[in-house]
Amino acid sequence: MKEFGYRRAADVEGAVALLDADPGARFLGGGTNLVDLMKAGVESPGLLVDIRDLPLDAIETTADGGLRIGATVTNSDLAAHPEVRRRYPALAQAVLAGASGQLRNMATVGGNLLQRTRCGYFTDLTRACNKREPGSGCSAIGGEHRNAAVLGASAHCVAVHPSDLGVALAAFDAVVTYQTAQGEGELPLADFYRPVGDTPHRETALPAGALITAVTLPPAPVRSRYRKVRERASYAFAIGSVAAALEVRDGRVQDVRLAYGAVASRPWRARKAEASLNGAAAGPEAFAAAADAELAAAAPLDDNAYKVTLIRNLTIAVLTELAEAALDEEGTAR
Amino acid sequence: MTTTLPPTTEGTATGAVGTSRTRVEGREKITGAARYTGDIPLTGLAHGSLVLSAVARGRIRSIDDAAVRAMPGVVAVLHHHNAPRVRADYPSIMGSAPDPTVRAFQDDRVPHLGWPVALVVAETPEQARAGADALAVEYETEPHDTEFRAGRADAYTVDGVVPATVEKGDLDAQLAASAVVVDASYTTPEEHHNPMEPHTCTAYWEDGRLEVLDSNQGASWTADDLAQAFSLAPGTVRVRSEHVGGGFGSKGVRVHQIAAVMAATELRRPVRVAMTRRQMFSLAGYRSPTAQRVRLGADPDGRLRALAHTSLSQTSQVYEFVEPAGAAGRVLYEAAAHHTDARIVRLDVPTPTSMRAPGMAPGSFALESALDELAERCGVDPVELRLRNEPAVGPVSGLPFAGRSLRACFEEGARRFGWAERDPRPRLRRDGRWLLGTGVAAATFHAFAVPSTAAVTAWPDGTFTVRIAAADIGTGARTALLLIAADALGVGPEQVRVRIGDSAFGPAWLAGGSAGTSSWAWAITPAAEELRERLALGAEIPADGLTVRSDSTTALAGQTPAERHSYGAQFAEVAVDPATGEVRVRRMLGMFAAGRIVNPLTARSQLVGGMVWGISMALHEEAVRDGRTGGLVGADLAGYHVASHADVDRVEADWVDDPTPGDPVGIKGVGEIGVVGAAAAVANAVRHATGVRHRQLPIRPDRVLAGEASAAAGSRAGTEPSGTGESHRA
Repeated sequence: MKEFGYRRAADVEGAVALLDADPGARFLGGGTNLVDLMKAGVESPGLLVDIRDLPLDAIETTADGGLRIGATVTNSDLAAHPEVRRRYPALAQAVLAGASGQLRNMATVGGNLLQRTRCGYFTDLTRACNKREPGSGCSAIGGEHRNAAVLGASAHCVAVHPSDLGVALAAFDAVVTYQTAQGEGELPLADFYRPVGDTPHRETALPAGALITAVTLPPAPVRSRYRKVRERASYAFAIGSVAAALEVRDGRVQDVRLAYGAVASRPWRARKAEASLNGAAAGPEAFAAAADAELAAAAPLDDNAYKVTLIRNLTIAVLTELAEAALDEEGTAR
Repeated sequence: MTTTLPPTTEGTATGAVGTSRTRVEGREKITGAARYTGDIPLTGLAHGSLVLSAVARGRIRSIDDAAVRAMPGVVAVLHHHNAPRVRADYPSIMGSAPDPTVRAFQDDRVPHLGWPVALVVAETPEQARAGADALAVEYETEPHDTEFRAGRADAYTVDGVVPATVEKGDLDAQLAASAVVVDASYTTPEEHHNPMEPHTCTAYWEDGRLEVLDSNQGASWTADDLAQAFSLAPGTVRVRSEHVGGGFGSKGVRVHQIAAVMAATELRRPVRVAMTRRQMFSLAGYRSPTAQRVRLGADPDGRLRALAHTSLSQTSQVYEFVEPAGAAGRVLYEAAAHHTDARIVRLDVPTPTSMRAPGMAPGSFALESALDELAERCGVDPVELRLRNEPAVGPVSGLPFAGRSLRACFEEGARRFGWAERDPRPRLRRDGRWLLGTGVAAATFHAFAVPSTAAVTAWPDGTFTVRIAAADIGTGARTALLLIAADALGVGPEQVRVRIGDSAFGPAWLAGGSAGTSSWAWAITPAAEELRERLALGAEIPADGLTVRSDSTTALAGQTPAERHSYGAQFAEVAVDPATGEVRVRRMLGMFAAGRIVNPLTARSQLVGGMVWGISMALHEEAVRDGRTGGLVGADLAGYHVASHADVDRVEADWVDDPTPGDPVGIKGVGEIGVVGAAAAVANAVRHATGVRHRQLPIRPDRVLAGEASAAAGSRAGTEPSGTGESHRA
C-alpha cells in the first residue's frame, strides 16, 4: 500500500473543497472496498477524506411519503430501520443479503453505490483490465468469466456491479443527491451509472469530486422482495439477484418494479419485463414472458449462459411469490 | 451451527484419557496472550518481502535492484546473483525430496508463475513490501502449459507415498463376468489449504547457533531440513514453534524459512519473512486437480468382482508429487480383481503438496460416488451394498486388520440418521422450493506411528514435565498429550506440564498423516511409565529433576504387519433448489472408528472440522487457473470460497468402539478421516434429491442448472440425466 494523507471532514462544504483541491484524493466512508483496493494497489489515493463524521446519517420520511436516506447511513442501520422494513422490504432484504455483520456495520449507502467490481482481473495488477487501466484490454472475455455480465456489456468490459443494495434502489426509482464545489445536483439511479461502451473505467455520471449526500426513494408498492443467489449461503457476491415490487388488482398486474443484480455493469432495471407485465394476468406464464422479454437482449459468453436461466427462474419465482401474497391478502380482505 | 451427541463410549479410559478437556492454552489463545511466530518481538528485527515471478515459464533476464536498494528502509535485496547457496539434494520427510522452493534464488530458471525470484529486506514490513512491489525484474519468457485434463498423452506413472500401481486378479476377466458394470469418470478441481495464520518465519544467529521461530507442523523436521539446506551441523539449528495457526499439510520447509535464514546470515540480524495471503496460493502448496476413472464390476446382488480406480494429478516441472487418489478401494472393498493406478502430468504450475487427507479426499469422492451408482443399478441399498462387500482381510494385501469397525459405523450411523425410512427413488421429497435428498459414503484413512523421542521429568514438588518436539497446529495436541502422560504417570493432569514445538527436545514425528498423537504417545508412554516405576521403587528426585528419555524406534519396528486404518460412515441430507441451482447441506452425521479417542472434546472438533471441509469440497472450493497466463484468478479468500457459517447447519460427529488388538497405544488419529467420503455423501444426496449425478466438483449452481436442463431433455428422450462428468456404459 502506498503512503497517503488522511483528513477528517467536519462538514460537507469542507469535504467537497478538499477533493476539489486535490484530484488524487478520495472520500473514505466505511472503507470496506476502498481500503482493500488500496492494499491490492488498484487504488492509490494521495489523500483520504474521511466523511463519517458528516451529518449525513439520518433516514427521514419525505413530504410525498417517500424516504430520504443520508449517504453515511450504515448498511446495518438502513436494514434495521422500521420504515425501510415496512415500506421497502426488498431494500432491507438486499442489504442483509450482502457482506457480513461486521462489514455492514462499517459500509455506507453512498460507498455502496460506488463500490467497484469484484472481477478477479480488476484486482490483479498483473493482468489487462480496461476498467483499471483504460486501453489495456479485457482479460475476462477470453478467460474466467463465470460471473460476468450477460446484459449491457461491451467488447471492452464484461464486469458486473457487485451491489445488492443498488439493485433494490434501482427497482424503487431512487434519486441520488450529490454536492460539488459548484453546488448540489441530482441523478436518478437510472442515469447514475454510465453505459459501458468503450469507457468502462468511467462508471458513474457523477461530476468529478462530487460527494453523494443522500438517496431519495419515492413511494413504492408495499409488497416487494429481494432474492439473491450465490455460490455459498452467506458472505459471497451474487451470481444473480432479483428485486421486485408488485401490486395486483383483480388478478391483474397494477404496478410492477423489477431489477436484476450481477448481470450487468450496473443494477439492471428490467423495463422491458415491466412493460410486458403492465395489466397482464398475474401468473407464471406472464412472469416467464416478461423475463424472456428482458433477457432477449442477453449476450452471454461461453461460461455464463446459466445466468439467463437463473434470472428467468428467479423472476418467475419472486413475482409468483409476491402475486400469491397479494392474492392471499385480497382473499382475506373479502 | 453444530450440535454434539453424547459419545457412545469414552474409549477405554481409566483416567484422564477419554475425558473431555478444554485446551490447556485455550485461555491464552482467546485472550490474545498466545504469541504466534509473527507476534514475537525481537530487537533489531528486519522484515523480508518475497518477490514472485510474473511469468509462468522462462528465465530471469535481469534484476535491477539499485533503485530498490535506495528506497527508504531497504537494507538488502537477495536474488540468484547474490544469495547464499543452499543444497536441495537431501532426503526430507519420509525420504522424499524437499519442496523445490528450498532452492529459490539459486538460478535464473522460472518454473511457474509465482516462483520466488527475490527477497527485499527492510526496517519495516511496509518498506519491504514497497520495495518488493517496485523491484524491476525482466524475464525471457517461454511458452507455458498449465492445462490439466484427462487423457494427456504426456502423463506417466510414478510411485508416491503409496505405490502407484497395484494389481490383483484378472481385471478384464472379472469385468467380463460381471452382471453389472459401472464405468464413470470424475474430476476434482485444484484446492488450496489456507490456514488462518500465514506461513511466517523469523531467523537469527546467537552464539554460533541458528535460532528459528517458525510456524510449522514439525520443529525437529524443520530444523533438520534447514541444517541440511545450509550445510550446518545438526545441533546448531534450533526451531521453536510454540503456537501454530493451522497447517493442513502446507506447513513444511518452504521458501520463507530459507529466505529468512539467508537474510539473517547476510545481515547478521534477525529477519522475519511472512507470506501474504495471495502468495500462499502459489508458495504454500495445494491439492492437485484430479481426473479419475472408476470401474466396478458386480454380481446382480452388488457383490463386487472387480474394482479399478485410476487417477491423474498434476505436478510442477521441478517436483514429482503424486495425489494418490486410488488408494481407498485397496482397503475398503473385497473384490477378486483390484487395479489402481496413479499417474501425473508435469505442467508449468506451482508444486502441489499434501493437503488434508491427501489422495483419500478426492479419491473417496470418485469411489464412493461410483458405489452409489452401483447401488442404484443393482437396486441394493447403498449401506447394505457396502456391508456386502466387507473384506475379512486386506483385499489386496491379505493382511489382517488391526481393528476394523466399519460395519458398526454404518449400523449405528444408519440408526441415528434414520436411514431405514429412506425411499431410494430420486426427486420425491420436497420442502417448498427445495428438493430434499440423502446420501451416504464410506471413509477410511491409514493409521500409523513414526519413531519419535520424548523426555519426561519428575520434579521434587511432585509435578512432571513432558518434553517432545510435537506440534499443536490448532488440533489440541498439547492437551491430548497431557492426558496421555498423566495416565502413564498415574497422576492427575494438573500435575503435568507438556512442552512442545522445540527441536531441542529431539527428533519427533510431525503433525501430519493423522499420525502425530499416536507417534508422540508411542514415545511419551514408555518414558512416563519407566519414570513412574523408578519413583515407585523409591528413586530420589534431585533438585534439577529426574528425567527419563525414550525413543520409540525399536518398539515400532516390532509391530506386526497389519492393515491399520480408521474408518467412518458419512451421512448427508441436502436441499436443492432446481430453479436456482443452490445446494444446502441440512444435516450431516459422521460415525467413525478411529481407535482410542484421547480427548473427546477436541477429537469431535477435528472430525466435525473435517466434515465441514467436505462440505466445502463438495460445493464451494475451486481454484481457477487462467491458461493464458498460468496464474490463478481471484487468489484470495474473497474469490476462493470455503463454507461460511451459514453453510454449516447440523453437523454431528461421533464414534464407535474400535479396539486394536496388539497395539499398546491404540490411537489411530482423527485429523483427516472426517474429510474422507464427506463430499461423496453430499454428491450422492444431491443425486437422490434431483435425480442428477454430479461427477465434477464442486457442485456449483451453474452445474446444477445444467443438470436440470439435461434432466428435462433426458425425460423427453428417456435417458439418464447427468450433471457433469461422464458415465461409460459397458
